[in-house]
Amino acid sequence: MKKLPVLLLLLLSNVTCFAQDSASPAMADVMRSDGMIYVVIATIVIIFAGLSIYLFSIDRRLRKIEKEK
Amino acid sequence: MGVPALPILHETIRNTYFHVPMWIAMFTVFTISVIYSIRYLATGKEEYDLIAVESANTGIFFFVLGLITGMMWAKYTWGEYWSNDPKQNSAAIAFLLYCAYSVLRNSMDEEQKRAKISAIYNIFAFPIMIVLIMVLPRLTDSLHPGNGGNPAFGKLDMDNRMRVVLYPAFIAWSLFAVWVATIRYRIRLIEYKKNEIN
Repeated sequence: MKKLPVLLLLLLSNVTCFAQDSASPAMADVMRSDGMIYVVIATIVIIFAGLSIYLFSIDRRLRKIEKEK
Repeated sequence: MGVPALPILHETIRNTYFHVPMWIAMFTVFTISVIYSIRYLATGKEEYDLIAVESANTGIFFFVLGLITGMMWAKYTWGEYWSNDPKQNSAAIAFLLYCAYSVLRNSMDEEQKRAKISAIYNIFAFPIMIVLIMVLPRLTDSLHPGNGGNPAFGKLDMDNRMRVVLYPAFIAWSLFAVWVATIRYRIRLIEYKKNEIN
């Protein structure tokens, strides 16, 4: 259930790690660019991914009942 | 729509529209869960027990979303995903409290006993959860807005442009959570009736 959000978090933190390779200060990484708007996007992605996984799990449960009939 | 330009927060102030409604939605379904736990104890109707369980399950899901979105936000405003802030820690304890609810429930086979014990547990867990999330962090210093000497988000950081979006979002996400809970309840009811026949 929580696999995808965790994976996403890890991937996104990877992005920031790469961005810090440049000589610029820590504030200049991808997630912090454009007034940190990507943090908001990441939050929306987390919610969307979480909802998708949750709804698919409900769908799977319903399908099991439908098959039993 | 415009938002107040503030240091540290920058555009992440828009996270208010997503992070906070998760918690409001969670409170809504947990409240429904407790109401039906009480009604179950009063009437003994099995359906009420099923509503209570599925509302709590939906609440746990929104709890997880609230925690993860909060951690994401914290990383870029507080510096760490998890900085052992009082708000974060007590939210984690409250999460375990509700995990214990579903563990307790699933550990019992006898239906009536299970329904009764989990209803009583739920009635105790709910006020403790409220105290852990809403009261205790406010008594100490916390990074989270609205706690300690830290004025609430509403007073200094938000303006009416944001409220126009935020309050409908509270209602919408709450109704969404209730809808998900009713779908889960309907599935659970079919499962329950099927088991009864067999």
